[in-house]
Amino acid sequence: MSKQKLVVIGAGMASGRVLEHLTDAAPDAFDITLFNAEPRGNYNRIMLSPVLSGDQAYTDIVTHDEAWYADRDITCRFGERVLEIDRDAKVVVGENGHVSYDKLIFGTGSDPFMIPLPGHDLDGVIAYRDLEDTERMMGLQAGQKCVVIGGGLLGLEAAAGMAARGVEVTVVHIMGHLMERQLDEAAGYLLRKSLEDKGITICLQANSKEITGENGHVKALMLDDGTELPCDLLVMAVGIRPSVALAKEAGLAVGRGIHVDDQMGTSDADICAVGECVEHDGAIFGLVAPLYDQAKVLARSLLGQEARFVQKSLSTKLKVTGCDLFSAGDFADGEGREDIVLRDPARGIYKRLVIEGNKLVGAVMYGDTADGNWFFQMIKDGTDIDEMRETLIFGPAYQGGDTSDPLSAVAALPLDAEICGCNGVCKGTIVEAIAGGAGDLGAVRASTKASASCGTCTGLVEQLLQVTLGDDFQLPTAQPVCGCTDHTHEDVRRLIKTMPLKSQEAVWQELGWKTRNGCHVCRPAINFYLLADWPLDYQDDPQSRFINERKHANIQKDGTFSVVPRMWGGITNPSELRAIADAADKYNVPTVKVTGGQRIDLLGVKGEDLPGIWSDLNRAGLVSGHAYSKGLRTVKTCVGTDHCRFGTQDSTGLGIKLEKALWGSWTPHKVKLGVSGCPRNCAEATCKDVGIVCVDSGYQVSVGGAAGMDVKETEKLCDVASEQEALDVTIAFVQLYRENAKYLDRAYKWIAKVGLDWVQDRIADPAERARLIVAFELSQSIYRKDPWAEHATHQAERYQPLADLTLEAAE
Amino acid sequence: MSWVDIGAVEAVPERGARVLKTAMGCVAVFRTGPEEVFAVSDTCPHKAGPLSEGIVHGQSVTCPLHNWVFDLNTGEAQGEDASIATYPVRVEAGRILVDARALAARSAA
Repeated sequence: MSKQKLVVIGAGMASGRVLEHLTDAAPDAFDITLFNAEPRGNYNRIMLSPVLSGDQAYTDIVTHDEAWYADRDITCRFGERVLEIDRDAKVVVGENGHVSYDKLIFGTGSDPFMIPLPGHDLDGVIAYRDLEDTERMMGLQAGQKCVVIGGGLLGLEAAAGMAARGVEVTVVHIMGHLMERQLDEAAGYLLRKSLEDKGITICLQANSKEITGENGHVKALMLDDGTELPCDLLVMAVGIRPSVALAKEAGLAVGRGIHVDDQMGTSDADICAVGECVEHDGAIFGLVAPLYDQAKVLARSLLGQEARFVQKSLSTKLKVTGCDLFSAGDFADGEGREDIVLRDPARGIYKRLVIEGNKLVGAVMYGDTADGNWFFQMIKDGTDIDEMRETLIFGPAYQGGDTSDPLSAVAALPLDAEICGCNGVCKGTIVEAIAGGAGDLGAVRASTKASASCGTCTGLVEQLLQVTLGDDFQLPTAQPVCGCTDHTHEDVRRLIKTMPLKSQEAVWQELGWKTRNGCHVCRPAINFYLLADWPLDYQDDPQSRFINERKHANIQKDGTFSVVPRMWGGITNPSELRAIADAADKYNVPTVKVTGGQRIDLLGVKGEDLPGIWSDLNRAGLVSGHAYSKGLRTVKTCVGTDHCRFGTQDSTGLGIKLEKALWGSWTPHKVKLGVSGCPRNCAEATCKDVGIVCVDSGYQVSVGGAAGMDVKETEKLCDVASEQEALDVTIAFVQLYRENAKYLDRAYKWIAKVGLDWVQDRIADPAERARLIVAFELSQSIYRKDPWAEHATHQAERYQPLADLTLEAAE
Repeated sequence: MSWVDIGAVEAVPERGARVLKTAMGCVAVFRTGPEEVFAVSDTCPHKAGPLSEGIVHGQSVTCPLHNWVFDLNTGEAQGEDASIATYPVRVEAGRILVDARALAARSAA
């Protein structure tokens, strides 16, 4: 049998899915031609928001690349519009010629609706629909202004994405609360609050009147109450309209969308339609889940198999980090309907269930949406909830189950429970795929499509892997910080910067910490992230520091401490040595040791003697050597040109300058430096976090060395000609490490994660280098000081016992 | 009971501790909330780490030497078959009071 000629108009998510099903099920049945007006193939349009906010790159969301089309022998005519369709001749006429068809699929999608306000055709007035729009928004610089008209799903994702980039965003919404189609007022209020906390201005019940411009470019949006909202870009995200012009011209039956039957057939037996361009039983479609259902039905119909599209109730999630909301079903008030409401204002949690008869018909949740899918399943199944009404709102953990462990919750789900809403994948399909050899998330995605679209069910899929494979399943490296939270270090760092969060309480509250105030694992990490990102706003919390950093000395196994004064670049003099000797005598220091970092260590000092020994050392001009800190430890140097016959540069001088610039700074883990005056490398610089080797032509700066549990040689960061540049590059590197690394990752571990190339690019960029240096200096304006002097003067009594009852007890 | 005033509650930093010297060794006085205090043995049963130097979280403390975690209410170590002694302590009018008799009984034990 010769192949049937299939022509597809539009390479969107729905038609793309049709092609996948068709070419998987019957690779040789059709000779396929694909038209697309956009000059590219299919990408995951719903993931444009993470691209906008910078969480993903465009390449991450391409679902079909050139190779995919080539593999399936699909003739691509991208960037070419279809001009008309001659149904009698069964021919599609494109800009570059015509092609005949046996079967034709309309996947023309939808057009964003543009409100015909005066000025809507100005440059800088855009919709939020495709990659070009996303790129326009990404082109805005921090501090520029943007107005978004529309407080629905899309508008808010656009607003949050731009706000995360530092753009000043105002959302203008005509209704009384945000996302009114998915949320009730209370949840809308909480959403508004958290968006405002992100710096987004929200205007509700606001009627746009006109868009004003200057030299043909948008300048401001005027509201009918006279408010003027200046902007560099105006985004209209007020809805979509099925794109039907071509179908109408071709004489197909068209209402709001192209009329289709349950098999996705149009009024012409050889023409089908799928996706956002269709109207089925009076409804049009904007969310991805029903589109994928349609795609499956259409593919089966084209292959002569039986299939029927049925509209289902939908659930919604917003892809804005930190705004956790969920809604499903019908939650309007009405006769015979009852509400169950749970509010926890302190934690910003709101849950509302709408019950009709003995059935759950709607659910709205904000702040804690973990049980969303469980409720959604009940709505779809029409479960009788009479028995569990009292405890229903507390979720599955309280329904007689013995544990709130998420794993047992997943294990308890029936096989037909839907896991991936976007792709309509149920638990049974995933379990089957795992049994068939899909051993990790990627493999499950590839074989079932579960979690391959919006990704919110990734956690569930991983739990299924865990339940099904048991110990054979290794959770991917994205580990939470500790048991207090599900967030990874990377997430927490990002959210502290973007939300922004400027106190530990804010982190615990806004990121849903499960404990009252953290634990010994997360507290030091969060304390560091906050002080590194917000040096002026956040005050260092000594109670969140490990004892060594709280008492500025290293605790020893017997509870005594070691004291290491700073010796800049490893240089000292007789009067300092005398002061150290005197202090060692006075405080009965049992052991005096020279360290590997060219310092003198006084070991065995009693905790209560610390302020005393510090004041004595301070008097001789000695300050804390920070031998205890996740911060700059030492800069080891050789004697350089002063004395050595091989020295090429003043390595000792550079070492001292580096130490004076960097001391007191806090970093994710300890930072050690070395500066050698020639390639003989007497300062052992090439196993330090930053090592500088002086050569005749200047300075070789290398990074990422270590000589601890791992021994690593440094890798070259860059070569520079002048001492000032060597200083600049080192400071910029340390700041980059401070801003980005996970707490307790030494520099080499961090570099292995982000890549040396990335580090080199950032440091090489003059603007970025300058920014890093300024940011470091700002932080050092607070932290470049001697903690010993401060504690000896102001907090000495904290080092003494609270009270002494030895005498009383003896009496 | 024989309550003895050992100092102002503010003298102990919130989420921190101070040491109380007794004839039989050190007792750690923890402050987990504005008016929430605990008195327990300062010595970790594992390797004798000074618990008063640990990080205080919730109503627990983590030993600074090897991260054993103790519940300050019961004195029990998390996940280990070990515990530390706990002593009656309360806050009254901004002062911390300990039961001297309970502390004395400690020396008898």
